[in-house]
Amino acid sequence: MSNDLVAPDKFFLNRFGMNHGALERILGSALERKADYADLYFEYRSAEGLGLEESMVNHTSKSVSHGVGVRVCAEDRTGYAYSDEVTIDRMRLAAEAARAIADQRGTTPAAVQVGTPVARHALYDLDSTPLDVPVQERARLLSEIDRVVRASDPRVKNVMASFACERKIVMVVNSDGQVAADVQPLCRLNVTVIADDGKGRQMGSYGGGGRVEWKYFIENDRWREYALEAARQAIVNLDAVDAPAGEMIVVLGPGWPGILLHEAIGHGLEGDFNRKGTSAFANRIGQKVASELCTVIDDGTIPNRRGSLNVDDEGTPTSRTVLIEKGILRGYLQDRMNARLMKMAPTGNGRRESFAHSPMPRMTNTFMLNGESTPEEIMKSVKNGLYAVSFGGGQVDITNGKFVFSASEAYLIEDGQVTRPVKGATLIGNGPDVLTRVSMVGNNLALDAGVGTCGKDGQSVPVGVGLPTIRIDGITVGGTRA
Amino acid sequence: MATVDIELATWALDEARRKGASAAEVLCVTAESLSAGVRMGEVEKLKSSRERRLGLRVFCGQSSATSSTAELERDSLGDFIANTVELARLSAADPWAGLPDPSMHPKSLPELSLADPDSGIVTADRALEIARSAENAALKFDPRMKNSEGAEFSSGRGQILFANSQGFSGEYSGTSYTLVVQPIAQDGDAMQQGFWYTSNRRLGKLEDAESVGITAAKRALGRLGARKIKTMRAPIVFDPDMAAGLIRSIVGAASGPSLYKGASFLVGQLGKTIAASGVTIVDDALIPGGLGSKPFDGEGLPTSRKNVVDKGVLASYLLDCYSARKLGLAPTGNAARSVGEAPGVSTTNLYLEPGSYTPAQIIGSVKQGLYLTETIGFGVNMVTGDYSRGAGGIWIENGELAYPVNEITIAGNLKDMMAGVEMIGNDLNWRSSTVAPTIKIAEMTIAGA
Repeated sequence: MSNDLVAPDKFFLNRFGMNHGALERILGSALERKADYADLYFEYRSAEGLGLEESMVNHTSKSVSHGVGVRVCAEDRTGYAYSDEVTIDRMRLAAEAARAIADQRGTTPAAVQVGTPVARHALYDLDSTPLDVPVQERARLLSEIDRVVRASDPRVKNVMASFACERKIVMVVNSDGQVAADVQPLCRLNVTVIADDGKGRQMGSYGGGGRVEWKYFIENDRWREYALEAARQAIVNLDAVDAPAGEMIVVLGPGWPGILLHEAIGHGLEGDFNRKGTSAFANRIGQKVASELCTVIDDGTIPNRRGSLNVDDEGTPTSRTVLIEKGILRGYLQDRMNARLMKMAPTGNGRRESFAHSPMPRMTNTFMLNGESTPEEIMKSVKNGLYAVSFGGGQVDITNGKFVFSASEAYLIEDGQVTRPVKGATLIGNGPDVLTRVSMVGNNLALDAGVGTCGKDGQSVPVGVGLPTIRIDGITVGGTRA
Repeated sequence: MATVDIELATWALDEARRKGASAAEVLCVTAESLSAGVRMGEVEKLKSSRERRLGLRVFCGQSSATSSTAELERDSLGDFIANTVELARLSAADPWAGLPDPSMHPKSLPELSLADPDSGIVTADRALEIARSAENAALKFDPRMKNSEGAEFSSGRGQILFANSQGFSGEYSGTSYTLVVQPIAQDGDAMQQGFWYTSNRRLGKLEDAESVGITAAKRALGRLGARKIKTMRAPIVFDPDMAAGLIRSIVGAASGPSLYKGASFLVGQLGKTIAASGVTIVDDALIPGGLGSKPFDGEGLPTSRKNVVDKGVLASYLLDCYSARKLGLAPTGNAARSVGEAPGVSTTNLYLEPGSYTPAQIIGSVKQGLYLTETIGFGVNMVTGDYSRGAGGIWIENGELAYPVNEITIAGNLKDMMAGVEMIGNDLNWRSSTVAPTIKIAEMTIAGA
């Protein structure tokens, strides 16, 4: 359902019996003490999930959640209160709880007047969402995936497939009078395969999605690609030998290995950590933090992507932010509060998991721009090293800069050739240092297929990453073969 | 607004039957919390919450669906129930699906003292005072304690009400209190975070705020000046939190859903030796006041105390009804139910039985090796048991803690690691719902420079 069909701001006013006057009074109450800013975040989320196991679509689920969060900011302090009862009374109580953060004020605050609409992007005005597709049709696709995977190789022992879709309607009303509203569809198809060759057992997973319609999965047989890719990964790993241990040259494949940028660079550039001086990147704008081959971008405006948003969760339109330009640190990712305190502009990166959370600076789609080398040239340049093409999760300690990400598919490089597959291993490095070791950047930038979820301070949000093939001259690989 | 009580639950179950369900269960959760944080001595955040949700699982014969909603008015709830029943009809008939055998529901429920009789939600002022005192203790502990990610105190109160269409119903309430401190030590360009916490169901049983702050400061300071070491094989001493993480991974592989999917390295290992003979891992749902205690599980079955690993032998899997039926075993009372999801499996209070060594004796036994105090990342493959994680800690030389190390990884396989548990400490402390004493693993690969 597109933004045109549901006027999201009207949706909340109608559904919960609100009007501008009531919202103004609640915001006024939120600002009663000496606060700089207040906002109300309304959310209504519908979600459905289907799961296939052992050739049966035996898991079905649906949920409806709604709620409202009231936030009051005073200098660098945040008061936040939320409730899943969206009523005027409950919001008034929440406003009273949230405003306790602010000091008593002497004068009466100016009255709030709401109604200024915020211009938003139109990155995912869909004709329909997968929620509108009959459950039977979604279930049929999962069964077809199961059939295709099992027919692809006798070593396939088990197939798990799932399809999750949601529609989130949000509205942010703030004390500057702005009203931003959006309808945010999101879906994801996942396939996990267990393969067994009698000697060992391995798992492979693949999937994709975004803020897309159901036909996205059917076009170009994307569903089949996901299914066969999961099976291929599981089967390749059956022959994997122990991974090497120690520092070595690593070539990262295109796409999902961009998780390197997310962990090594992205989190360390979030405004909150830099304002507080707790990031290894604090006070380093203008300094060289990467080789000049590296330009890193965070872009929340790519149509239909999982990490994209028309407006962020504070009502600011998302944007394209240059984080590193030819090796030089250029920018941070900002929400409103940290931008205000650092005297910078918000970048549309204020995000939250749901109404139960206060927003903070988060990434959207984070990727490196193309270089000039071909992937073949990069591979040929390496005498001994590791080629990593797929990864599980990653994590970073933003204060000391150490980050990890775990390979789920990797190969040895011997004399410029990709040879044997090796078992998954964790790669560990130092964020402010790792990109200075990038010696070649490929011309084959790819974005991931649309499965990323980022966790920070207990909040999960959907994100994207991207990377061309790159060569890193020295990163520690955590295998068992010492 | 509709109140969440047994009357609403019963109405929802009846409504599901009227709409055509053959069986149903309902879970209602209400929760309230307040958390307050300070940073560098100043108030930084206050958060107050109130939640109330209803979760439903309905069966139409062997087909089922799970749903949850925050819309509890009977009109909209009625429509929602009808939609859920419709969704169940569209699911595949699964021969293993269904409610538990009715004779297995408990006749009475144990009293587990999950709620603090003396305190409820702590006021914002008091919470700020506790957080401030912890952070202040950390910051004044040493001149190198120059920055902070803050300290936060939170208190919460929740109630769970569960009922099914075969006559079982039960409810319980609990409280929890947690203090977390994250100060930062700085020396020249180097910065390191320290993290420490205390958590309990009773306010009065929390560790003293100042001592939590001091421990966090010591942990941050102890990481300053960390070096990278050479790649080698060496013994590794896991500190209690790290050892707890390790047993959580082992027991995760013993959970029913991973086993029947074939996604566990413990498939087919029940009754076999999977660890050194000193290793006994217990899951005990019945510890009074335990953070993981519960009087009945997510399907209304009795909970219990059991050895998952008994003197090195895998003695029990953790099973809900579905995985138990699939594996031809009896459920173990470990079904976990969150409002929006079908039952899964979880541990309750999980611990590794302590041994006889003091931590100093364990460290003293290592000529050259790692005292592990942190891991980073998710490098545990449950299907193969392969383990490779980012690590940090203190290097041990000739039985003494010598200097901090980081930017290294430790790797091995969970099977070899468990077989290689050489020493188990006597320092078990119930800081969370999964705990372990210090342990020593004979040898793993350390990757560094």
